[in-house]
This record gives sequence, C-alpha cells and structure tokens, in this order.
Amino acid sequence: MNTDSTSAHFLPAGDTALVVEFGDRIDRELSERVLRLGAQVRKARLAGVIETVATFRSLLVHYDPMRTSNAHLITAIRSLLDEGSTEVQPRRRWRIPACYDPVCAPDLADVAQRSGLTTTEVVSLHCACRFHVYMIGFVPGYPYMGDLPPALVLPRRVDPRVRVPAGSIAIATHMTAIYPIDSPGGWHLIGTTPVRLFDPGAARPALLSPGDSVQFEPINASELERLRSAVAAGDYSVPCEVITA
Amino acid sequence: MSAALEVISPGIHTTMQDARRIGFQDIGVPASGPLDRISLRLANALVGNPPGTPALELLLTGPTLRVLAESARIALVGGGANIEIRASNAPNFSGAKIVPAGRSVRVVRDEVLRITSLGEWRCACLAIEGGLAIRPVLGSASTYVRGALGGLHGRALRAHDNLPLNLNAATERDEAALSQPLLPGFEQVIRVVPGPQADYFTHAAMQTLLSAEYSLSAQSDRMGYRLDGPLLTHARGYNVVSDGIVTGSIQVPGSGQPIILMVDNQTTGGYPKIATVISADIPLLGRRKPGRKIRFAAVDVAEAEALRRQQEADIERQCTLIITTVHD
Repeated sequence: MNTDSTSAHFLPAGDTALVVEFGDRIDRELSERVLRLGAQVRKARLAGVIETVATFRSLLVHYDPMRTSNAHLITAIRSLLDEGSTEVQPRRRWRIPACYDPVCAPDLADVAQRSGLTTTEVVSLHCACRFHVYMIGFVPGYPYMGDLPPALVLPRRVDPRVRVPAGSIAIATHMTAIYPIDSPGGWHLIGTTPVRLFDPGAARPALLSPGDSVQFEPINASELERLRSAVAAGDYSVPCEVITA
Repeated sequence: MSAALEVISPGIHTTMQDARRIGFQDIGVPASGPLDRISLRLANALVGNPPGTPALELLLTGPTLRVLAESARIALVGGGANIEIRASNAPNFSGAKIVPAGRSVRVVRDEVLRITSLGEWRCACLAIEGGLAIRPVLGSASTYVRGALGGLHGRALRAHDNLPLNLNAATERDEAALSQPLLPGFEQVIRVVPGPQADYFTHAAMQTLLSAEYSLSAQSDRMGYRLDGPLLTHARGYNVVSDGIVTGSIQVPGSGQPIILMVDNQTTGGYPKIATVISADIPLLGRRKPGRKIRFAAVDVAEAEALRRQQEADIERQCTLIITTVHD
C-alpha cells in the first residue's frame, strides 16, 4: 500500500484523545487516508478506544485512560498504518432533492452576482458536481462536502445569520453543506432540501457519513412541498446507491 | 399516579446529565454530561445508584421541587449550599429542615425541597435514588440544549415540569454521608498538555499561557469558557483546516483570547488549539464561576494519564468510605 506511518503525525489532545494527522490541507487523497484509518481502527477494536472522529486531514481517536494510554495507542495505530488496508469500504451515493427557487434560496442572487454568473448557471454548476462528504461537524449531522467548482468559491458572509433554518443548502469557500437543524450560520444559502439530515430517533441518526457522495437534484417549489409532506409522514427515503467497488 | 418531582421553580439552568453521550461525536453530537463528574459520581453513590445514573446538574442556583411520590431519597454534592426541606403543611421555608451537601435524605409526599444559591460554586449535582425515568436519546439522558437532545424535551427545566422518577418510594435503609466534604479546589493550578497545535503559537505565547493569571469571563457556559487575560499571539495565522476538538481543548481565535471548550464542546473546529486541559482537572474548572482566577501548568501526556488514574482511585476510595448515619 503506501507508507502512511511515516507521513502520519501523532499529536496529543490531552489524556483522553490523540490526533493522527496526515496533512494540513483539504484534499481528497488525505481524506481517503483518514477514512481508511478510521475504518481500520474501528475494525481492530483496540482496547480502550471509545470513538473516532474523521476530519479533513486527521483522525481524532478518543480513548479511556483507565484502559489504555497514548503510548500504547501510538504503537497500535502505527502498526495498523504499516499493515495498510486493501479493504474497500462500501460508499453511498446519495441524490438529494434541492429546491433553488428564489423563495427558498435567499442568497442565490447575491452569489450569482458575486460570481459573475446567472442564477441558472450557479444552479447548474452546483447540481453538476458529485460532492465528497469530508466530515461531519459544527452541529449534529452537518456535512462538509466538496469541492465546489472554482467559479462558486466565495468567502463566508460578513454577517453570519443568527438562525438558518434546517434544510438550507449552503456554500462557502470550497465547500457546500446542508443545515441539519436550525442554527446560526455564516454560509450563503442557495437552496433548500426537504430531506432530514439528522434524526436522533432513527437507526442512523445522521443521514450522511464521511466518505459518502452527494449529488443535488433540482426540484421546483411544489415538489418541495410534496416531498416535505412525504418526509413528515415517513413516506420518503432519499435515493441512494451503495458502491462497493 | 406516577412518581415525580414537580418543578415549582427551575433554578437558573437545571438539566439532566449522566455519564456522557458516547459514540456519536463522528456525526457531530457532543458528549455533554456533567461539568463536574466527581459530584455526579458521589451524589449517585450517596443514594445507592450505579455510577452514571441520570441526575440533575444545577448551575448557580438550584430548583424548588415538590415531592409527588410516596417518598424519595436525594443527595446533593458540590455547591456551597444546603437542601432546605419544607413540610407539606408549612407556609414557608422559615422552619425548614436543613440538610447540607454530601449526605442523603429521605423526603416524603408533598414536602417541598429547595436549593437556593450554590454560593461560590458554579455547579452541583442532585441525585435521586433509582434515578429519573427518562428515555435515553442516542444512548444517554444527558441534556444538550443547543441540539435540543436528551433530558426533559432537550432543554433545561421549567416551572410546572414533572420529573418522572423510577421509584415511588425510597428503599428502607440508613442515610449516607461522605466521610469528608468534597473540596472545590478553587485555588488549584489547572494542568494542561501542550498541543495539538502548539506550533501555531509563538514561544512567548506558550510562556504567557503557563505563567499569566487568567480569569473566567462572564461569557462562559457548558460549551466553553472564555478567559480574560493576556492575549496569545499566533505564529502562523489563526485559521487551521478543521480538526477534532475534545473537552478541555484551549482554542485561540484571531482575537488571541483563549477559550476552553467544556462538556458541550462542538466536535470539530478550525481555530488552533494551544493546549488541552487534562481530564482530571475538568471538574475543577466545572466548579468555577465567572471572575475566578485561573493559572495553568504544563504536564506531559503520561503524567496526565497517571493523574486521572489516581483521581479515579481516590473517588473509588471515597465511595467505599461513605458512612451510614441515622438522622432524625
């Protein structure tokens, strides 16, 4: 495989977690290495490991200092990195309905103007991408997805909103995201999805996992309403294909 | 009628907390749990509950509760406060029975208990024998208010809430007391492990963190504590590509003002983290109110792990040293 253990850095995050850092960039190849190690650590069931958190460039390994130590885990994780993994993780490809109608896309016109594009062009660029879910963070179920085409890359809003409604589809920097719950937010809102991204009562509380891919499918305002009712009634499941190769 | 405690007044911010919400940080769900896990552990031990049984965490002031059960056994740990217990027919608390923190007491139907100010402490835990009858959300009863998860409807208590209890009557047994009071440790130095992004700061910034006196800002809650004091200078900018955050991470945004992430910490973030407060010292921070002074000292990871193990052994010992008392 590769020489992951020589390029991975182990950084302490106190006495209950350690960071395995692969780099300091946002990059698909780095993300794949993070996700691969996350899968290996879960599979190895290392004693004392509580949970792992995948980020753009690192894997945070939470542990119980009563049952293991930073030194033990570094040795164990280094050998996992040396072994490498040829196992292919199944990946899910989601097709998420997105309404870009101006009433549910408060920043679309502004984004178009700043990018020197028409709103139709912004929407087609956004829908044409298959985004990679790099990580989940910020609030429960919030997916950081990339990468946006260069034409849509904008800094965050100068004035963050105090409340962004759940289901808002947003962009900022090289990323796109969907707000899973009502929360403050500084990204540009360019659409709305009827899909629930976070449901604490569900078997899988977060719809998306790091490593999944997402493509947005444009729908109109009446389809948005119809799908919202279907979601509320529990009669809707998001189109998804599982890729194992 | 099912057993409950009726909330007459809720206190400033009273929430249910248990042994944290484990296993969902990879989908952005904070672990939550008590600011002071030692208080939770001891309060549960006093009423005979297993460690981690859901209890009430009180912040700054406690609630006033009416007993809607045949009887209930309760214990308060932490807080420079007492439980005042008013008889069912008493017009006010002037002749109330006073039970100090650190011991269990049995209360009976229609008695009203109240915990007013926690004094110099930020937090305390009130445990109830048998625990609160709350369905866990994502494996935990801990309340995460920002995400409206856990506890009673995902929020802090309000007047007229009923807290359902698992037991309709306290078991027949002697009351229990801690053999020594829980000391708050307000003056203790807070120990940190440098990193994970110590290299994003100047050498002088690290020296400042480890030598200056900080004070806890008024902007401090279960999610994070802002610190007032000397600013910390970044050496390589203040935006990093987001990585993981733990309870105790000291992140430094562009302002240079450090923030210690506490138990409701977000799971990831994009500010450099100069150091991490060791897990043994999180309860010490949990107890401190705004305005309290904080000094930091560095330890290495192995020392931090050893300190935590020692602390757990000490708590275990304190639980075995609980003495039984027969009062009243």
